[in-house]
Amino acid sequence: MSAGASPGIKRRDFLRYSSFGLALSSGGITVLAAAKTAAPANSLNPYVMIHDDGRIVIAAPNPDVGQGVNTALPMIVAEELDADWQDVEVILAPIDASRYGAQFAGGSLSVRNRWDELRQMGAAAREMLLRSAAQQWGVPRVELTTQPSKVLHTPSGRTASFAELVAAATEQPVPADGEVVLKARADYRLLGQRVVNAAAADIVRGRPIFGIDVSVPDMVYATYVKCPQVGGVPKTANLDEVKALPGILDAFIIAGNAGPPSFDLRKSIHVAGGVAIVASNTWVAIKARRSLQVDWDTSAASTDDSRAIEATALSAAGRPTGERDVKRLGDPDSAFAKSSSIVSGVYATDFVSHAQLEPQSCVAHATSTEVEVWTSSQTPGFAQSTLAKLFELPAEAIAVHQIRGGGGFGRRLSNEYVREAAVISKHMGKPVKLQWMREDDMAFDFYRSPAYFGLQAALSETGELTGWRNHVVSVSSDGEEANYGAGYRGYNFPDDVVPNVHISQTMVASKTPTGAWRAPISNVYAFAEQSFLHELAEAAGKDHRDFLMAALGADKWFKPDDLASLNTVRARKAIAAVTQAAGWGRAIPKGRGLGLGFFFSHAGHVAEVAEVSVNADRQVTVHEVWVAADLGQIVNLSGAENQFQGSIVDGVSALADQRISIRSGAIEQTNFHQYPLLRLPQSPKINVEFLASDYPPSGAGEPALPPVAPAICNAVFNACGERIRSLPISRAGFKVV
Amino acid sequence: MQININGKAHDLSGADPDMPLLWALRDLLGLVGAKYGCGVAQCGACTVWLDDIPVRSCQLPLGAITGREVTTIEGLAGDALHPVQEAWIAHDVAQCGYCQAGQIMSAAALLKRNPNPSLEAIEGAMAGNICRCGTYTRIVDAIQTASTRLQGLSFYEVGQEVAERQTDGGVSV
Repeated sequence: MSAGASPGIKRRDFLRYSSFGLALSSGGITVLAAAKTAAPANSLNPYVMIHDDGRIVIAAPNPDVGQGVNTALPMIVAEELDADWQDVEVILAPIDASRYGAQFAGGSLSVRNRWDELRQMGAAAREMLLRSAAQQWGVPRVELTTQPSKVLHTPSGRTASFAELVAAATEQPVPADGEVVLKARADYRLLGQRVVNAAAADIVRGRPIFGIDVSVPDMVYATYVKCPQVGGVPKTANLDEVKALPGILDAFIIAGNAGPPSFDLRKSIHVAGGVAIVASNTWVAIKARRSLQVDWDTSAASTDDSRAIEATALSAAGRPTGERDVKRLGDPDSAFAKSSSIVSGVYATDFVSHAQLEPQSCVAHATSTEVEVWTSSQTPGFAQSTLAKLFELPAEAIAVHQIRGGGGFGRRLSNEYVREAAVISKHMGKPVKLQWMREDDMAFDFYRSPAYFGLQAALSETGELTGWRNHVVSVSSDGEEANYGAGYRGYNFPDDVVPNVHISQTMVASKTPTGAWRAPISNVYAFAEQSFLHELAEAAGKDHRDFLMAALGADKWFKPDDLASLNTVRARKAIAAVTQAAGWGRAIPKGRGLGLGFFFSHAGHVAEVAEVSVNADRQVTVHEVWVAADLGQIVNLSGAENQFQGSIVDGVSALADQRISIRSGAIEQTNFHQYPLLRLPQSPKINVEFLASDYPPSGAGEPALPPVAPAICNAVFNACGERIRSLPISRAGFKVV
Repeated sequence: MQININGKAHDLSGADPDMPLLWALRDLLGLVGAKYGCGVAQCGACTVWLDDIPVRSCQLPLGAITGREVTTIEGLAGDALHPVQEAWIAHDVAQCGYCQAGQIMSAAALLKRNPNPSLEAIEGAMAGNICRCGTYTRIVDAIQTASTRLQGLSFYEVGQEVAERQTDGGVSV
């Protein structure tokens, strides 16, 4: 790293999180590119390599941006391989679809999508070791078994370590899927246990494992200045003045594409126009921004005003139905006509930014024939394909290396900063590290778009929910697709649960770039629907828990065998468990309240109860949050619990005071002083319970987030009698303390 | 400009005196444990010690710290583990891990001046370090564990203990 300037960093340490034994520090670009296709010795398959000294190397296929999959996915392989976890060394797999399929971090899908594949890979490698031992010892395969990291012949007591057997095992044919028997759950040694993050020892020592830490020989440092009015492009700039500053290697205009960037992850090759400043180190580049003056062409730029968007949307959401029908079930009009009472409420959420703690950065080396990038992208495969398209090169000419990312939350799904780095590198003819400033990150995000819900419910004389109308007002850049904030989710409440349902939609135009933010779509629906259900319980004079249980209707799995569809049995179990844990129904002092929220998303059934107090100054203290979830089997108990704790904190953080506002196409917030993240003293006590479950595992990164906002807002209502229908709650004068 | 970092003198005379310590550490010296998060002393990811006081290195120009002692995460215990780092592993604190070097520097500084901090003292000392992943519960637990270990030991003894132990992570707890 840094041309070997740092005595504190040992080469070996970086190898652990590099690609199959490839060193960034000494290898450089040629070695990396050449070694890309070489299969390492003692590899039993793309995931398992065993060294002579006993180390068992397991490749982690998907990017880790904090969701823990660099631990969880190798654990699955290790379990079926029967590896002793103490012997396991995790490395980041190369980006190579031919060996690793789709390598991405999104949708809480890593564990869910790879569960079968990785168990098979571990079991197949184990079988090759067993067959190799059977051959060497001249004993029947059926008499052999494994103990952690070794093969055992029970009748003779003979054993051999995996390391002793691996060389011969590589000669064994790879067993087909049906040929190996996967472990019974009762025989698991590792899965479901608490296992420390595989990167923990490097993280606590501050070792160079993040995208921002990547350094390659001859690398120079770049900053990239874009038009604050999103989609503007540079006409002229005082480049000569900037180039004359000490330490500045170059400053140049990139014409780029006019207009706002697109969130089409597969297709977009958009590079926003701007001015690149390249320097001998990051600080020199940053400082030169103060001297830069740019004349922008804003003719194709966004002119959005978030206040105008909100006014239009709120006015639309006040109407019971929208421009187009999304779903109509039963006979909603007659259900409303026959109802005993109708309850209405309009719910609103704002634009929010991802604010992952590591601002975007990328090291790129682009020549006329090859492009190589080191990136913390959540979609490194798409980085490869969009670079190929942008530079008109074959896919083989693009090498992408995955590097750990300092937080994702959906922000690293797009690869526009990767393309920027590559374009700057090609101009320079050198490897370039592009570093975004925090201000760039906040100004040029793909924001969670705001969502507005005009909700109406019909209640019968006995307080049953008989009809549901939701006029969803979505923000859209093309008038057709909702930009993630409020799209439509199938196989979920209220479809086929409430007898009569009418969901309609109205689009509001916006040019501000929007995209997926943790638990997209669900994070806004959950707030509106689960708060409104509490309103209905109040209107019906019923206990919220009882009302919610009843509102889920009959026992039913919406689409049997599809884990991504609601199962009301699992839902009710989670609600029952969390209310029991929180002591639902207990006496609560004045000024305090318990609130409940449930949501099904990302294959997780998650219920939460929050206990809050509200004082006369509208200060809200979130004392404690209980969460109970059916996530299927748990892979890493410590990791899953950590994701849930973090989701609760994220939920409180977002609902407290996070909002992005836009004036004349430019984002008004610039840094954390205007876009606050929750701090330790505001953080609640959190109790996590995973319900015993035989379903296959699902991802833990997202599903605990959606219920947080409604649970807390319902608790605020129970504490002070005031209904919050708009997020963040600071808009109604509440402050989380 | 001579600055002492992790017990070693570095001559940074060629550097811009306006350069924040953070970028000198990262780009000039290859000490990348301190992280860039905000650049305006809001997040604490860049926390290092200046004469044993935790400071935000993104707001500390080189010209202002000539002759001072800087300790970074790399110098906290070298290849060994400080009890705070050890507790961080035992409690599996990190998610993405980006803020954690800064968190650990703040926590270790707190325990150095107050080996037995109350919850309020922990909250006060850690309020300047943002964890976007939300690992606060575990941060408190880890500080309390480290505190239990450190009580009754002088800082010299802590250093000795650290030097005697060469442990690695990746273990089940």
